[in-house]
Amino acid sequence: MGAGSMIVASLAFYLFSIMAVVGALNVIFQRNPVHSVLWLIFTFFNAAALFVLLGAEFVAMILVVVYVGAVAVLFLFVVMMLDINVVVLREGFLKYLPIGALTGIILLVELAVVYGGWTMAPQAKALRVVPTPDPGQVTNTEALGRVMYTDYAYLFQVSGLILLVAMIGAIVLTLRRRPGVRKQKISDQVHRDSKDTVTLVQVQSGKGLS
Amino acid sequence: MTEQAAVASGFLAIGLSHYLTVGAILFTLGIFGIFLNRKNLIVIMMSIELMLLSVSVNLVAFSSFLGDLVGQLFTMLLLTVAAAEAAIGLAIVVVFYRNRRSIEVEDINQLKG
Repeated sequence: MGAGSMIVASLAFYLFSIMAVVGALNVIFQRNPVHSVLWLIFTFFNAAALFVLLGAEFVAMILVVVYVGAVAVLFLFVVMMLDINVVVLREGFLKYLPIGALTGIILLVELAVVYGGWTMAPQAKALRVVPTPDPGQVTNTEALGRVMYTDYAYLFQVSGLILLVAMIGAIVLTLRRRPGVRKQKISDQVHRDSKDTVTLVQVQSGKGLS
Repeated sequence: MTEQAAVASGFLAIGLSHYLTVGAILFTLGIFGIFLNRKNLIVIMMSIELMLLSVSVNLVAFSSFLGDLVGQLFTMLLLTVAAAEAAIGLAIVVVFYRNRRSIEVEDINQLKG
């Protein structure tokens, strides 16, 4: 990599990471939850750009598809569905600011200590489970697929099962039958029998039904 | 190399620690958001999503700098779990709102008996 392209990559890193952090700050501090969701989408886009810089193109695209396309839209739907009072939700914001800031700073210092003392083990390269193939020969997507559908097929299946359970759980939780609502019940209509509902009456002339 | 040039190259050569710093900041902001938005359950869930995102950043950064593909694979499994968590969590929020007409954390005390 030439010096010029390295500078461009570095500047891109700083641009995207700063925008991601600004987006995360806005997620927390926005007054309106809808704006929070939109800033969350912004943060996800910037994180996907960081993934592209790291050479993980497939994960970056999946991040955009799954998070922006599914999760953020889900959040948006729920925020718009619930009629929430924004002013009431902001109460106590300043009350928790000091303790939250204190916890955050302590955590950040702890992480800084951990990362500051961290060094790569000398045999780390030899301990790799699946070494990344040369990007010029095999694309990132193909390399991931070759690993995922062979050595990690069970994990792949289990993640599909997790999604199934989540789907069933979400449906069971939110499905409700309200009494007193007139709806078409197709099974009731199909199971209606003529024997139960139709009766033949022999009417004598001049008498009528009584 | 002069000292100034060394500082400049340290600023421009993006290493693993730069990405880990971004991940740490995002994680801290997620924790911070949980503390600040004690009333709003949806923003708390968004903060959890931020924390999961920072974990993905860490995994992909380690995967890229160590040259091990498994980190990216785990990131995809993490995305699956995050999507499932968001779906179920939001369903619980919706059901809770139906019952109590509020999404404040302080109102979630029915299990206390």
